[in-house]
Amino acid sequence: MREILSDIDHWRSQNKRIAVARVVDIEGSGPRDPGAAMAVNQDGVVSGSVSGGCVEGAVVAEALEILGSDSPGRLVKFGYSDDEAFAVGLTCGGVVHLFIQPLEW
Amino acid sequence: MIYQTLAERIRTNKPVVLLTVISGPNIGATLLVSPKLGELEKLGTLGDAELDRVAMRDALGELEAGRTSVRNYGPTGQVTPEDLHDTPTVRVFIESFSPPPQMIIFGAVDFTAALAKVAKVLGYYVLVCDAREVFATKRRFPMADEVLVTWPTPVLTARGSDLGPRDAICILTHDPKFDVPAIQGALATNVGYIGVMGSRKTHAKRLERLTEVGVTATADLDRLMSPIGLDIGSRTPEETAISICAEIIGKRVGRAIPSLSQGSGPIHK
Repeated sequence: MREILSDIDHWRSQNKRIAVARVVDIEGSGPRDPGAAMAVNQDGVVSGSVSGGCVEGAVVAEALEILGSDSPGRLVKFGYSDDEAFAVGLTCGGVVHLFIQPLEW
Repeated sequence: MIYQTLAERIRTNKPVVLLTVISGPNIGATLLVSPKLGELEKLGTLGDAELDRVAMRDALGELEAGRTSVRNYGPTGQVTPEDLHDTPTVRVFIESFSPPPQMIIFGAVDFTAALAKVAKVLGYYVLVCDAREVFATKRRFPMADEVLVTWPTPVLTARGSDLGPRDAICILTHDPKFDVPAIQGALATNVGYIGVMGSRKTHAKRLERLTEVGVTATADLDRLMSPIGLDIGSRTPEETAISICAEIIGKRVGRAIPSLSQGSGPIHK
């Protein structure tokens, strides 16, 4: 979170809507530990990361959808052999659980 | 207001813990808890006063241990399996923000700047200390969080009790006037890593001087990583800084990696 505070502050000063995605759990091998955070503003501009670059694209899409709806946030899972979620995964074979929510607090 | 307080606490290196409901009733609900001088400042709610109380108690334990985790509760804070039966589960993400680990570097030498730089990359709060005011200047070590012109004993007397397993003390002076008190002071703390620079010859001489001042316990001497760093063939100050920081990481997680301190023969081949 520390590394994305400056960007978030900047976007807040411009009254941009912001979604924050945080790693809440990993199963097996995962590139980033719980707490890794990424912020996406309403224009799709990104700060921070939640994996080694494997799932960030899908996180942006999910974050923009949440900002465009009245969702209070949702859990999203990305994994190599996961049929339910997106067709993206971690090449290391792990599963990462993210919570993505609008920054309205 | 929650975000502002969180950002302010993180930036000023103060402990704070953020709780978020990630599934169940009140998804997205947020509670921020900041310990302040024995009191707790609480902002927001998870949706139920009793749930707040129970989750907050767990969160403070996690914060103390520097851990981040997910915990399950009933909607009014139930935790036992019988109470959780037939109720929706509230999953709470407990995210701890602990102050950064500290690295105290004794000796304002060439290696100090490189080590301070690498330590900053790893997120350490870096303090550089040397008794010589021409060398211990903020201008020479702009990356350090603090530069102190003083002797090791007052620094470790004042701050030693704050040091724990995540913290590191690196003694880079080769000067017995300075490194003997630094080692004595470091051994009196619970710091997780004590590295001392110098060749094997220097280390042998230093051990003699430590014996003279009464530092002889094997348990104490075993804490000293000297010569400092992993045996990766470092030559430049920057490479040496990497070998020191890699040794610190390896020691913290308990991996057996060949440290120079466990070998014999010349360091530079």
